[in-house]
Amino acid sequence: MDARENADAAADKKKGTEAVLDLQDVSVLYSGKPAVRNVSCAIWRNRITSIIGPSGCGKSTLLRSLNRMNDFVDGVSIEGKILFAGQNLYGGDVDPVEVRRRIGMVFQKPNPFPKSIYANISWGPSINGYDGSMDELVERSLQQAALWEEVKDRLHDSALNLSGGQQQRLCIARALAMEPQVLLMDEPCSALDPISTAHIEDLLFELQSRYTIVIVTHNMQQAARVSDYTAFMETGSLVEFGETDQIFTRPEKKRTEEYVTGRFG
Amino acid sequence: MSSSSGQSSVSFSIRKGGLRWGETAIKTWLRICTLVSLFTTVAIVVLLLAESLGFFREVSPLEFFFGTRWVPLLNPSSFGVLPLVWGTTLITVGAAVIAIPLGLASAIYLSEYASDRVRAWVKPVLELLAGIPTVVYGYFALTFVTPVLRTLIPDIQVFNALSGAIVVGIMILPTIATLSDNALRAVPVSLRQAAYAVGATSYEVTTRIVVPAGLSGVMASFLLAISRAIGETMAVTLASGQTPNLEFTMLESIQTMTAYIVQISLGDAPSGGVAYQTLFAVATMLFFITLLINIISQWILGRFREVYD
Amino acid sequence: MAFSSEQEQRNLVARHRRSRLFARLCAVVTWSSVFLLAVLLVRVSLDGLSWLDWQFLDSFPSRIPERAGIKAALVGTLWMIVLVALIAIPVGVSAALYLEEFAKRGRLSRLIEVNIANLAGVPSIVYGILGLAIFVRFFALERSLISGALTMSLLILPVIIIASREAIRMVPMSIRYAALSLGATRWQTTWSHVLPSAFPGIMTGVILALSRAIGETAPLILIGAMSFVAFLPQGPMDSFTALPIQIYDWASRPQAEFQELAAAGIIVLLIVLLLMNATAIYIRNKTEKRQK
Repeated sequence: MDARENADAAADKKKGTEAVLDLQDVSVLYSGKPAVRNVSCAIWRNRITSIIGPSGCGKSTLLRSLNRMNDFVDGVSIEGKILFAGQNLYGGDVDPVEVRRRIGMVFQKPNPFPKSIYANISWGPSINGYDGSMDELVERSLQQAALWEEVKDRLHDSALNLSGGQQQRLCIARALAMEPQVLLMDEPCSALDPISTAHIEDLLFELQSRYTIVIVTHNMQQAARVSDYTAFMETGSLVEFGETDQIFTRPEKKRTEEYVTGRFG
Repeated sequence: MSSSSGQSSVSFSIRKGGLRWGETAIKTWLRICTLVSLFTTVAIVVLLLAESLGFFREVSPLEFFFGTRWVPLLNPSSFGVLPLVWGTTLITVGAAVIAIPLGLASAIYLSEYASDRVRAWVKPVLELLAGIPTVVYGYFALTFVTPVLRTLIPDIQVFNALSGAIVVGIMILPTIATLSDNALRAVPVSLRQAAYAVGATSYEVTTRIVVPAGLSGVMASFLLAISRAIGETMAVTLASGQTPNLEFTMLESIQTMTAYIVQISLGDAPSGGVAYQTLFAVATMLFFITLLINIISQWILGRFREVYD
Repeated sequence: MAFSSEQEQRNLVARHRRSRLFARLCAVVTWSSVFLLAVLLVRVSLDGLSWLDWQFLDSFPSRIPERAGIKAALVGTLWMIVLVALIAIPVGVSAALYLEEFAKRGRLSRLIEVNIANLAGVPSIVYGILGLAIFVRFFALERSLISGALTMSLLILPVIIIASREAIRMVPMSIRYAALSLGATRWQTTWSHVLPSAFPGIMTGVILALSRAIGETAPLILIGAMSFVAFLPQGPMDSFTALPIQIYDWASRPQAEFQELAAAGIIVLLIVLLLMNATAIYIRNKTEKRQK
């Protein structure tokens, strides 16, 4: 269903000039205490945006508020607006399930379902009424996640037999199978070894032109390598947001400079 | 399943596409199932209180709670519940005297001394034994414990409190052993190591450190077992007889609250009369006594959790 | 130093002796407890084994011990297993799912939790009185299988809910998040991922609860299961007897023959329970293997 939409987007000449998500003065509160404070920025179509900052700065909390995964945490409330294609994600008439169908997520630790590789990919589309060829979709998703060659002969093996890095790519493939408008990644490499991390980073380059990705990372080199835009957060506030080159070479704020040059954090 | 017709097309919407009927129906079903447990409690309380009220219209509470003669079926009748309460007390105290030391010692052995292999073997066996139907224990009392007692104490009656207390004690022993073992195992190893490090022997570590630290869980297991003993029916009915008795003796036939309920329901009392209503009055006492003990035990456990989580 | 005095040395010896004695005492107590329970089982088996034959399994109760059997009781118990399973499992697991996956943490869910914990401690005979008043009298289901099954279902519901909740809680949150992030609804997540992962644990708890229902006697006496039933129930509305009732009836008779019949009945009851436990273990192992 979203295939056409994506193809349209790919053909779009004004790639990257359009904000898919528009955060306006967003605060996230845990039982009244702010974890994220007054963040405003835009997430651009078909670009990779990374969010960096010291641990506990609220970057994961902010990310989870972008597809309403925070709904499942007790006592969380949101202030401000997050516009998704012009519609407020937290509007009263919004169905969070519809939001998550269109904004996918990859988690910190690989979390494949305890089912076959095939079933991991096919489950999301099938419950959402996908009526095309499932085999093709599974193959396409696994290819996009650079996992196809490694698993094509054992699609019906349990996903739990894969290595950690393979599992994480499977989770990416699973998210891609939904053809999401935006893909959120919450420190996707933090539980992986360096080689698997390199695999995932290569994969991000591959996906760059076709998907809108927001990635949270504590690894500055990773942010510098893979992203087009970088947001630097500290103690719940967005300190600086800009093109990655600019953030890492000519930061405007002193705190940003101190952080990216490794003087703290 | 729920409606899965996502709004496709290029200009998508994340608005609610109408109610998800399947999801709503299922949620309603789940909620109803959850409420069954509340309804059960309400039904029990309402039923017991309503019927007891009917009973107390006929019999004064003063007579019921403080009377010393329980003769509900004969004329002249007398409705003093104390003999039944006393019967239950004899059985429960007797069972506790047997099961608490043995159960606690077993728990200490399992958690402090037994090798992992022994524990992995003994604990499931104890759990299995905790699941043996109580009528089996009743049979055991009647055909094994009582004959043995009669050779030891010749003037003991065929139905006697001692035999009932012994088998109820055996019956609740696995409960105490397994639950107390859990409680003792929850005591952090670092506490034990700290005690060993200052030169304590294993006896001292166990009795002065581990058992006090796990005491709330251990106490809760005692209370749970005692509550089971109070509510126990078949074993005491078979072993200890149907004679309301207010004597301080373990050697004679007695009647517990539960045994009385069985006696009435086996059809000795005409339905609807006062004698029939005694069923509910006695059951109400039984219900609230066990409820009180269970609440205390949960309260103790709740405090226990605060310490270690 | 004071520590090295001879007195201390002697004390230490005494302390060690006491410690060893205590350890041995605990071991002896444990093993004698296990032994005592073993004696119980062996005694019962020896008493009843000679009566246990096909004739015993295939006969109705009789006033003549040689002709008496447990056919009606065994069939009644099997009926009970099926009916209680059909009633209690869906309701209990649903309640557990609701409490774990859907209910908002609040006063009401806390109240329900406390309530379930307390219901688990209510003496079984009280459930019998409830069943008598509600199912037998109020709904006029009479002294039928369905009355017994409903009563037993209420009795084991708290056990099923508590065990199922524990199994559901063991399912890692990450699996739920994975499904939800794909745009699954709460129920789709629960049905496709939480329930299958929790299934072995739920089954184990459910079967243990069912075996409790099978062994309970008091509630059935209250709702009026009979001990002299010379026919097989044809449907849920028929009157019935069950193994524990039959055992109780025989055990409470003075004649030695009937008491041995009770022992034979106990063997049959224990075998039924053993089979159910074996099923629980089998299901758990099989599902675990498949998920690996």
